[in-house]
Amino acid sequence: MAQVLTMPPRPAALLSFEEVWVEYGDKVVLERVSLQIAPQSFVSIVGPSGAGKSTFLRLITGQEQPTRGRVLMDGAPACDEPGPERGVVFQRYSVFPHLSALDNVAFGLNCAGSPLLGRLFGARRRAVREEAAAMLEAVGLQDAREIYPSQMSGGMQQRLAIAQALVRHPRVLLLDEPFGALDPGIRLDMHELILGLWQRHTLTILMVTHDIKEAFKLGTRVLAFDKRRRDPQAPHRYGATAVYDFLLDRKSPLGVLSEMEAVQDIVGIAPSFDVPL
Amino acid sequence: MRRLLNVRPRGGGRLLLGLLPLLAVALLYLGASTARHIENPRDKILPTPAAMVVAMIDMAKVDPMTGRVPLFEDTGASLRRLTVALVIATSITLVFGLALGLLPIVRAGFGPLVAAIAVIPPIAVLPILFIVFGLGETAKITLIVFGVTPFMVRDLAAHVTAIPEEQIVKAQSLGASTWQTALQVALPQALPRLIDSVRLSLGPAWVFLISAEAIAADVGLGYRIFLVRRYLAMDIILPYVAWISLLAVIMDLLLVQVSRRAFRWAHPLRDR
Repeated sequence: MAQVLTMPPRPAALLSFEEVWVEYGDKVVLERVSLQIAPQSFVSIVGPSGAGKSTFLRLITGQEQPTRGRVLMDGAPACDEPGPERGVVFQRYSVFPHLSALDNVAFGLNCAGSPLLGRLFGARRRAVREEAAAMLEAVGLQDAREIYPSQMSGGMQQRLAIAQALVRHPRVLLLDEPFGALDPGIRLDMHELILGLWQRHTLTILMVTHDIKEAFKLGTRVLAFDKRRRDPQAPHRYGATAVYDFLLDRKSPLGVLSEMEAVQDIVGIAPSFDVPL
Repeated sequence: MRRLLNVRPRGGGRLLLGLLPLLAVALLYLGASTARHIENPRDKILPTPAAMVVAMIDMAKVDPMTGRVPLFEDTGASLRRLTVALVIATSITLVFGLALGLLPIVRAGFGPLVAAIAVIPPIAVLPILFIVFGLGETAKITLIVFGVTPFMVRDLAAHVTAIPEEQIVKAQSLGASTWQTALQVALPQALPRLIDSVRLSLGPAWVFLISAEAIAADVGLGYRIFLVRRYLAMDIILPYVAWISLLAVIMDLLLVQVSRRAFRWAHPLRDR
């Protein structure tokens, strides 16, 4: 109890979107997105192709700026370019091909420790390598320290990408279809891994996925993006927004099933039932 | 019957296939040379191999007039010019190629300039170089640098631009600054490509070297070839051309080895 009292007051929302619009010329991608993301939530983001899921994530990484509205982190605008408090894992190309697994994970620590060279020496180098090795072990890659990404399977590369992102202890971890290119069996392993890491590191995760089963299995909250309005003459003039926002109660799988059907109607694709709930 | 595109020669067969055309060319030359010598034993246009060997032994001997060995002198001078020029070109390429490829603001500012320089025929600039730098080493080295650098810069910039955006974003999300991203992400991935780029530029570099030496020089492989041309000394020209080709092949092989040793990650198939 005493410990709780000494902790700083946690803000209600880690990330908040205030009336955010993203437009390219006259094409509207996102319109009127207003959302709050609570700390330590696992938010799954689904939606049909072209519904702005990735654009939504890019607003947080800082690759994209809102045309109107604001994106706030801890109540302050902080997302104008990528930074270490927001870790990312993409579907592909997330790891550096010229670095061994250990060096890939040590990259973030090296950058923090050596602004001029991005490279450490002596005792500090040993400390960083130990920390990186521990992180590799946490994702099950302890036997792959010295090999290069080109020698790894897709699943191993994604494990490496996750370890690499977590080593800087980001406030929020952004996953853009991280398991989309993996085999179903490997995917299950990855689900276990990411859930374990999420709990152990008390992470906040936002994950874009095409797989509705995966979204409901992993998420504590599911967001579905789609267009609210459609203009058949000029479909690009209306953008997508979060049309469905569901906080998951893990205790009632029946409720989840009906919710899944609702999302399925929105997304317009059948969930793949090879993933057990 | 297998399709022609699926027939893959291996091992000894492959070696033999490669040697056959070379042997054919040699035989063709021997035949033509012999035919000319039957007609005129003093023919100079297609010298016999024996005559070429004799001429080269002369070139590899100390010249009593100068006290120097022409073949070694020429080779040393040419290789020195080539090496200095390639080192300069590579250094310029490293800085400008990385900056152009990685920084949109530099690309916007200098991209058109580099593109404009790249379309100037370097030989057309040679008179300007001779006027500005005189007839010494500087003009020759500058010609080679001018000839190969624009291509190398654009090649490297294109390669750096092609590094997936995901990697650049990932680096930043791990806290990397522009400088750290350039040094630890772009540079290491650019280096193997830079070596390839140097290899591709070796051919043009030799062309520019020999052009410059042909016009104004007192030593060098290109100088010698154009000098002895006056005496129709094919028995020196032909071995010199072969020697230049051999040097080019050796330089190319050395660069390949450097790339394989230094950048193991870029040659994944050979590792395992």
